[in-house]
Amino acid sequence: MADRNPFLPVSSSDGFNPTGTQVNRRKLIKQLLTIFVGLLAVGLFAALLIGNNGSDNAHVNENEHGSLASSTSKKPESLRPVSRGPAAGVSEKSNRPFANVDGNLPWNNSMLSWQRTAFHFQPEKNWMNDPNGPLFYKGWYHFFYQYNPNAAVWGDIVWGHAVSKDLIHWLHLPLAMVADQWYDKNGVWTGSATILPDGKVVMLYTGSTAEAVQVQNLAYPADHSDPLLVHWVKYHGNPVLVPPPGIDEKDFRDPTTAWLTSEGKWRITIGSKINKTGIALVYDTKDFINYEQLDGVLHAVPGTGMWECVDFFPVSKTEENGLDTSVNGPGVKHVVKVSLDDDRHDYYAVGTYHEKNSTWIPDQHEIDVGIGIRYDYGIYYAAKTFYDQNKNRRVLWGWIGESDSEAADKQKGWASVQSIPRTILFDKKTGTHLVQWPVEEIDSLRLNSNEFNQVTIQAGSVVPLDIGPATQLDIIAKFEIDKEALEKTTGSNLTFSCSTSGGAAERGALGPFGLLVLADESLSEQTPVYFHIAKGSDGNLKTFFCNDQSRSSEASEVNKQIYGSIIPVLKGENLSLRILVDHSIIESFAQGGRTVITSRVYPTKAIYGAAKVFLFNNATDASVTASLKIWQMNSAFIRPYPNDKKS
Amino acid sequence: MKSFIIFLFLVFPVEAFRPTLLLGNLIERTCKQTPFYDLCIWSLKSNPESCNADVKKLAQIMVDSLKTKATDTLDLIDELLEDGLALDPAMRRALTSCAERYNVIIRADVPEITEALKTGNYKFAEKGTNDAAIEANSCEMEFPGKSPLTDMNKVVHDVSVVAASIVKIILNS
Repeated sequence: MADRNPFLPVSSSDGFNPTGTQVNRRKLIKQLLTIFVGLLAVGLFAALLIGNNGSDNAHVNENEHGSLASSTSKKPESLRPVSRGPAAGVSEKSNRPFANVDGNLPWNNSMLSWQRTAFHFQPEKNWMNDPNGPLFYKGWYHFFYQYNPNAAVWGDIVWGHAVSKDLIHWLHLPLAMVADQWYDKNGVWTGSATILPDGKVVMLYTGSTAEAVQVQNLAYPADHSDPLLVHWVKYHGNPVLVPPPGIDEKDFRDPTTAWLTSEGKWRITIGSKINKTGIALVYDTKDFINYEQLDGVLHAVPGTGMWECVDFFPVSKTEENGLDTSVNGPGVKHVVKVSLDDDRHDYYAVGTYHEKNSTWIPDQHEIDVGIGIRYDYGIYYAAKTFYDQNKNRRVLWGWIGESDSEAADKQKGWASVQSIPRTILFDKKTGTHLVQWPVEEIDSLRLNSNEFNQVTIQAGSVVPLDIGPATQLDIIAKFEIDKEALEKTTGSNLTFSCSTSGGAAERGALGPFGLLVLADESLSEQTPVYFHIAKGSDGNLKTFFCNDQSRSSEASEVNKQIYGSIIPVLKGENLSLRILVDHSIIESFAQGGRTVITSRVYPTKAIYGAAKVFLFNNATDASVTASLKIWQMNSAFIRPYPNDKKS
Repeated sequence: MKSFIIFLFLVFPVEAFRPTLLLGNLIERTCKQTPFYDLCIWSLKSNPESCNADVKKLAQIMVDSLKTKATDTLDLIDELLEDGLALDPAMRRALTSCAERYNVIIRADVPEITEALKTGNYKFAEKGTNDAAIEANSCEMEFPGKSPLTDMNKVVHDVSVVAASIVKIILNS
């Protein structure tokens, strides 16, 4: 008899009843079908759930250096060429498929060897990053640096070393420290020097241990009578500091130069973070071997993330000289500077140091360290100052990385340079900024010069400057914009920013205007360094200072961003500019160094004799008058220390 | 009763394919913050070490995947160069250039990223992963006509981007 309800379980527990086989088989098939349909339903349901999770958002991660993530589509699609420019705004003018020239990569040897700088510090080959332990000792300036002896990318880090009499002409010495101890096996990282009252030097540096824990180590010269400080000894009891409770073992690095407290102890600060708050830990020591951690922190700023390469130093409010790191008192302000891991930029703020509880308070909280002013609005990181007792000044070093591909770095065999050392002073006029200026010794590289006086650049024009070779230059320029146009132009509410603008090609009423460097005759490659004045609807003027890399090279795998910032311009101040052009690096200083931008550019055509300089004015409403002096710059002939003279 | 039990037995494995059940929420949360969710899930899931892994481990797994895909692509390039396909000089030039770029990914980028993740200097991991994506992209652009590597270049590019996104999460955490 047919079972009228096929969905009921089979009555017999162990299988079919042999006598009713035919009927039972049909029942079984129906039951199997039911199970199958049920499974299908569950499967479809599950598939729906998985499908839903995938399509709703994956939000595209916007990388600081331009979004490489070009789509969220799931279909395989052909790659659209994506350059390193920002994801929106700038037209990808140079984004044509790059025609292959001789050599395996788009770069031929001629282009690549041109990129090497003539008067910026760089080792003979391979990778470099942070400046370490700069100091002046027994007649020599010393410079140490993070170095990879094996490749043109970061890794296997040790300390390189070089010396100079004038911060410009450097001589390479052997590696100062290598990763030969368990406490720095995974990296001999950044550190700072302290000169003791008796003239001796101690060095504190971060080691990444064999277990990849970040610790602080002490090292000192093997022979204090050797002015070249060639050999270094690591303290046998290292490490002298390990991550304290509450601090992650990978968030504890880059100890500063020490300063004396009124109790006669040495004090240092080390950057770290707690969750997303960047902090500076403080330690006191009498012998650089035993330390006591102070309660609290020197300072903290929420949301800034890990503080690398913290620097802490006094500046005079009134004098034009630098101050020893231990100086304090009325007439002195203190600067806290941090390198933010999160965005790879260096920030500083001016404030007051309270020695009693070892805290520092910024003068203006809105521009606190990490959220306000940057040393440099281009590619510039891990900066460190030192007090130069030789010339009574504070000198700033900064690491300038590459903004091309690592394949190009590998092909050319090196990566990174250092900025020209800069003197640093409190900007009395603004009270908020520091001014940076290339050390005066760089003037010794100046060869012949060309002067141009009161050149009028009409709105929308370009003026070639006939100066001969244009890849090693020191340019000092002053600009005056037509006053009438300044007054007559109607203001607007539109906000301007260098990085989101259309670059030097985007015309405004009162800008952009400035110089085109590393430009070829046809201007197919050019790097504009310029001012842009924006007038608000209230009639107030805002001045911006920018570097536009968008057309700096026809190669597609280089950074094409536009760098820059607003710059305070005070009443009565003319617009002034200094530009150091040294092959693939451009350092530009506006208003005496109140705002600085460093760029790395890699032209393919505007190189060697084909590189030229132009004045330009792309404003619509105003003419601009410029006066400038341009020097050819000699090479600094940076080379190994002559072997016969080394101790 | 019996078919109900059979039903249950067959349902469970299907249910298990919903990622949240087997692998926990971290992978899902992490992959949601990358631009290629499916690729991210698949790459992490197919590596048994992703069970109970923290974000740093997930980043390393992604980098391992990058190395594998890049190595596969380089193997293919070498094959193509040996084949008659490389007869066309432009094609040969492009393939040779791509071989160079993939060498950089495998021998320069991957070690850089790995050391950075291991020692906690994450910005260099971000640099290396971003560069790998650029190298894959640049390789694709080398070909004047049809590229024999489009699919593989896209995979390497996307895996690099996912890895870079995960590193960014570590930096921001």
